Amino acid sequence: MIAIENVHKQFGALHVLNGVDLTVQKGEVLSMIGGSGSGKSTMLMCINGLEGIQQGRITVDGVEVHSKNTDLNKLRRRIGIVFQQWNAFPHLTVLENVTLALRKVLRKSKEEAEAIAVEQLSHVGLREKLSVFPSRLSGGQQQRMAIARALAMSPDYMLFDEVTSALDPQLVGEVLDTLRMLSKEGMTMIVVTHEMRFAREVSDRIAFFYKGQIHEIGKPDQIFDNPTKQETASFVRSVL
Amino acid sequence: MYFGGSFTWGDFQFLLYGAATTIAITLVSVLIGTCLGVVFGLIRSGSPWWISNALGAVLDVFRSVPLLIQLVLFNSFNSILKLNWPTFAVGCLCLGIYASAFCTEIVRSGVGAVPLTTRRAARSLGLSWLQELTSITLPIATRVVFPSWIGLTLGVMKDTALVLWIGIVELLRSSQIVTSRVQEPLLILCITGLIYFFMSFPIARLGNQLEKKWGMQ
Ligand SMILES: Nc1ncnc2c1ncn2[C@@H]1O[C@H](COP(=O)(O)OP(=O)(O)O)[C@@H](O)[C@H]1O
Ligand SMILES: [Mg+2]
Repeated sequence: MIAIENVHKQFGALHVLNGVDLTVQKGEVLSMIGGSGSGKSTMLMCINGLEGIQQGRITVDGVEVHSKNTDLNKLRRRIGIVFQQWNAFPHLTVLENVTLALRKVLRKSKEEAEAIAVEQLSHVGLREKLSVFPSRLSGGQQQRMAIARALAMSPDYMLFDEVTSALDPQLVGEVLDTLRMLSKEGMTMIVVTHEMRFAREVSDRIAFFYKGQIHEIGKPDQIFDNPTKQETASFVRSVL
Repeated sequence: MYFGGSFTWGDFQFLLYGAATTIAITLVSVLIGTCLGVVFGLIRSGSPWWISNALGAVLDVFRSVPLLIQLVLFNSFNSILKLNWPTFAVGCLCLGIYASAFCTEIVRSGVGAVPLTTRRAARSLGLSWLQELTSITLPIATRVVFPSWIGLTLGVMKDTALVLWIGIVELLRSSQIVTSRVQEPLLILCITGLIYFFMSFPIARLGNQLEKKWGMQ
């Protein structure tokens, strides 16, 4: 379980997160929607400790993320994150992109790491691209590689930050299919997205971010059809 | 001294001996310059602005004062303070620090060329700061700035000519000595130039080869 309690985050004078409360249960798929600049990306980065917080508490399966005693490198193995920018490691082949952390972080043997990598890459349809460098892949393929790279660590949680926003429209589908597949397999996911139809289809709950807070949260039907807040209604109207 | 002789095999060997000294100074200086440059460059790109700027200001001094002045001053300190370092060491250290000032900026620009999100993606997989640095940032940065680093190395090789002012007999000084005897300055300058070329050429070639190999495709 990911538990977020009254989290505040500032960049200098800018208050980006303004008291966020949220719990995500094992097996749940939660989508975060909201205008740009509302703090969604920052929220995800706080969850795996890439960003610090000024107030509040985030725990992942009871481990407090921003505690001095927490081994962040260890915690991060259990939380996969995929960003909007594909973030391929350009100097490594597709296979090496995936085996790197398996070898350095999980200390697997070369054979074992490669077996896992091949399995994950096959899973996202990149079995044929193992020895290719990322620059030879399309955006959609690079993004699927990034997903396979995160999944290879067998994380308990996956965070997705607008993973289709930088893709050409015809490549969005293949990446969303990968996410659909994961949700069917029961992966616990937090998905920041602007693909409203997709969010509605895969999510157990939807959280609407507004001015650094979760302004409204509920089942997809509620958020999209019967929002209780006026800001939710006008945001949903603007993106549909 | 004997004047009017002709250029002999012995003279050529003397030039090659000077060339060996030039290569030795270049290697040691580039090694010092690169090691210091990597450390300083990482400090410059990853520390609070006041540390970064302070270090930058000090290195700017070494970048802007002509190398010849630095060499002569350094050599004077060596004798005034009775350090008794061999001239070779003084030359290498001075050139090495001079090179490190340039290398620092090369390293800094290379590290700056690695997108922050790429580094974060690596950290999010559980890589430690050091693991991320050695398996992601430094390899990518190396490929980006390698041509500049080769340029620096070739520059240092030519700058070694200045150490003749503190009494080291490297290639250029050897050619002057031979010229004073043989009195065929043009011929000897051409030969000396060719030797410099044949020392630089393999480095430039090696650079091209590695760049091709690292094409990241
Ligand atoms: N490293 C940073 N330094 C300063 N401001 C930042 C930084 N990262 C994000 N911000 C600011 O925080 C706000 C929220 O950003 P973000 O979390 O990316 O929003 P979203 O993902 O919802 O679009 C924005 O105003 C953004 O400019
Ligand atoms: Mg964002």
